[in-house]
Amino acid sequence: MFYREAGQFKTTYQDDQAVFPVLQDKAAVFLLILVAYAVPFVADEYWLQAIFIQFLVFALMAIGLNILMGYAGQVSLGTGAFAAVGAYACYKLTTNIEGMNIIVAILLSGGCAAAVGVVFGLPSLRIKGFYLAVATLAAQFFILWLFNKVGWFYNNNPSGTITAPPRELFGVLITGPSASPEARYIVCLTFLIVFAWFAKNLVRGRIGRNWMAIRDMDIAAEIIGIRPLQTKLLAFAISSFYCGVAGALMIFCWLGSAETEAFDLVNVSFRVLFMIIIGGLGSIGGSIMGAAFIILVPIFLTNFPPMVGLDISTALQKHLEEIIFGVMIVFFLIVEPEGFARLWQILREKLRKWPFPY
Amino acid sequence: MKFRKLVLATAATVVGLGTFAAAEIAKADEQFFPMLVYRTGAYAPSGIPVANGFRDYYTLLNKRDGGINGVTVTFEECETQYKTNLGVECYEKLKGNGPTGASLFNPYSTGITYQLIPKASVDKIPILSMGYGRTSAADGRVFEWVFNPPATYWSQASAVIKYFSRRAGGYDKLAGKKIVHLHHNSAYGKEANPTLEVLAKRYGFKLTLVPVDHPGQEQASQWRQIRRIKPDFIFMSGWGVMNQVAIKEAGNIRYPMDQFVGNWWSGSDADVVPAGDGAKGYLSTTFHGAGSDFGVHADIIKHIYGGDAAAAKENKVGEVLYNRGVVNAMFATEAVRTAQAKFGNKSLTGEQVRWGLENLNITQETLDKLGFKGMVSPLKITCEDHETMGPVIIQKWDGAKWSYASEWLTPMRDIVRPLVEADAAAYAKENNITPRNCN
Repeated sequence: MFYREAGQFKTTYQDDQAVFPVLQDKAAVFLLILVAYAVPFVADEYWLQAIFIQFLVFALMAIGLNILMGYAGQVSLGTGAFAAVGAYACYKLTTNIEGMNIIVAILLSGGCAAAVGVVFGLPSLRIKGFYLAVATLAAQFFILWLFNKVGWFYNNNPSGTITAPPRELFGVLITGPSASPEARYIVCLTFLIVFAWFAKNLVRGRIGRNWMAIRDMDIAAEIIGIRPLQTKLLAFAISSFYCGVAGALMIFCWLGSAETEAFDLVNVSFRVLFMIIIGGLGSIGGSIMGAAFIILVPIFLTNFPPMVGLDISTALQKHLEEIIFGVMIVFFLIVEPEGFARLWQILREKLRKWPFPY
Repeated sequence: MKFRKLVLATAATVVGLGTFAAAEIAKADEQFFPMLVYRTGAYAPSGIPVANGFRDYYTLLNKRDGGINGVTVTFEECETQYKTNLGVECYEKLKGNGPTGASLFNPYSTGITYQLIPKASVDKIPILSMGYGRTSAADGRVFEWVFNPPATYWSQASAVIKYFSRRAGGYDKLAGKKIVHLHHNSAYGKEANPTLEVLAKRYGFKLTLVPVDHPGQEQASQWRQIRRIKPDFIFMSGWGVMNQVAIKEAGNIRYPMDQFVGNWWSGSDADVVPAGDGAKGYLSTTFHGAGSDFGVHADIIKHIYGGDAAAAKENKVGEVLYNRGVVNAMFATEAVRTAQAKFGNKSLTGEQVRWGLENLNITQETLDKLGFKGMVSPLKITCEDHETMGPVIIQKWDGAKWSYASEWLTPMRDIVRPLVEADAAAYAKENNITPRNCN
C-alpha cells in the first residue's frame, strides 16, 4: 500500500536508470536530506558536536571501506592508517601553504591517502582474504609509527599533536575552535551526501561491476577480460580516498586536535569494519546505517541509566554498555547476518505487499 | 508485527526521554564540577584513585562545611577511558550542566587537554591541568584560560636532572653520564623531551629517548635496549599499565632501583605493588605527600566512610594518586572560594572561576585550616605565571609505603621559562593570538 509502484511509468532511459527509480524512495531520500539539513536548527551543541558530526565522519569512512571490502572483496584493516594519512596531509597542507582553500586541502589529502592506499594495495594481487587483512595491518602499524616518529609530519611541535587551524569557507569559519558546530555539521553532511551519491553511481556502473566480478570470482573475472591489478588498485585508491577525506574531517571538523592514537586499530579500523558488517557488506545505505548503530547505541546506553534516574557507578555503567552492546551485535548478526541493509530490503518488500502478502 | 512493536518501543523510549529531560529543573546556589574520569580500560589503575580523590573531597566539602561558603558542590562523572574521542563527548555533555555551567575542567589526560585548550577560550571555561598538559600553557599571557600549577613536565625534568646531579656529586660530574628517558609514546610522554635535550647539551650527559607505545604492556625490546646502554639513571614518563610493567622489567634485568626515577605520574601504589619486592627502592617525583596521615584524611574517613578505615583503604584513600585527586579538588574549590570573595557567594560562571584561578593564593595558613598541613606547599598563581614552578621532591617506595628521599628541589627557572615563553609565542603566532599585557 505504502509502496505501490503501479502507475509509475518510465518513458526515458534516463528515468529508468535513475539512482532511485521508485518515486517513494526518491521522496524519502529527499525528505531525509532535508531533515538532515534542518537538524542544526533543533539539535543542541552536544548532539551536533559529539554525536552527529562523529556519525557523519564515520559514515563516510564506512562507505570507503565498503567500496573496498563489500564491493571489491578485498579485506582491509588499514582504515585507520588511511584516515591518518588524510588527517596529517590536510594538516601539513593547511599549515604550510598560505591561503589554501580548506575544501581543496581536504580533497588533496584524500588524494594523498589514495596514493598510500595504492601502495599498500599492491600485495592484494597475490594475497587474498585473511592474509590480505594481515598485510593491510602492516599499513596500520607502519603509518602510525611513522607519524609518531618523524617530527616533520607534525611540524616538530614538542607534543606531536596536530591541531586544526581556523579556516573559512565563504566567509564562515568551518574549522578551528571558534567554528560553530552548525557550520562543521553542514560541511560534513555535504561531504557525506556528495560522496555517498558518487559512490552509489560508481558501484552501479562499469567500475562497480568490475569490482563485484573480482569479488565473486577473480579467475572468472579475469577470463572475461577484467584486469585484476587495475581493478583492485582502483578499489584501494578510491576507498583510501574516502577514508582520507573522512580522516581530514575527523581532525578539522570533529576532534580539533589529535595524536596518532586517535587513529588506532581498535578505535578506527575495527570500528569501521564492524560498521559495515552490521550495516551490510556491499551496500552504501548499509554503511550509513551501520555507522549510526555503532556510534549512537553506545552513547544511548551510557546515558540511559542516569536519564531514568538509576544511580550506578560510572565504571559499572561503562561495563554494562559494553556487555549490552556486545549482546546486541550478536543478536543482530544471528537474526540477520547480512546486516541492516538486508533488513531494510525485507521490510521494503513487506511494505510493497502489505496488507495482502502472498 | 515485529516491526510495529519495534517502532512502538522506539517511539515510547523517545517520548520517555523527552519527559525526563524536561523534568530537570535548575537549582540555585550550586557550583558544578565536571569530572572526566577513567575507571575502565588500560589506564584504570591510574584513573580510579584520582577519581575517588576528587569525589571524596567534593563530598567532604558538602558534609563537613556545607559546601563552599554555603554553595553546594555538585559533580558528575563521565567515563573517557583516557580516549580523546570520548573526552570530546564528555566535555560537550558536561560543560553546560549546573545552574551556571561547568566551573572548570580537569581532563587528567594530556591528549584531552590539548584538545580542550583551544575550546576553553571559546566556551569560557578554564582548564586546570595540575602538573600535566601543555607545558607552555604556563605562560598566562598567551594561555589565558589554562592553568598548570604547581609545576610542568619541563620544570619537573629540570628538577630531576638537578637530583641526578646531586646523586652524581655535582653538575660537572654529569658529563658523560648515560641517562635514559623511558617515555609513553604520546603527547604526554614526549612532552619532557625538548627540555631534557637542552639540559643534555648544557651538562654534557648522554640522553637516550626510549619510547613505549600505547598501552605499554609489552616492553621487552625497550628493556633489551636499556640493558645494552647500561644507563646511570633512568627517568620514566609512564601512565597506566606501562608503569608496573616497566618496574617489573627493571627488576628482571636487575637494574638498581635507586637509579630509576619515575615522574609524578609514574609513582603511585598501583605502579609498584604488582612488582612485589622487586620494586623496593624505586623512586619517583611528587609535589605532595603520600599516605593517609594528614588532617584531610582524618576528615574524609570520619565524614565519608563513617570511621571505617578498612573501607577507606579499599577506596584507595591515602594512595599517591588519590591524594593527587584530593589536592587537585582542593585547588579547584579554593579557586572558586577566591572568586566568591569578588563575585559573591553564589553559583559562579567559568569566567568568574577563571579569575579565581588567576588570583589563587594558597597560603600555609589556608593549608593548615583545610587539613593539608605538610602535604602540599603554598602556591600563588599570577597573570603571567600559570605554573608557579613549585618545588618537587623525590619519594621512595620501601615495599609498603612511600617516604621522602630528598630535600625539596626547585626547578631551574632560568632554563625552563625561556623555553616556555618561546613555545607559547610560537603557539600565539600560529593561532593569531595577541598575548595580553599582565602589568
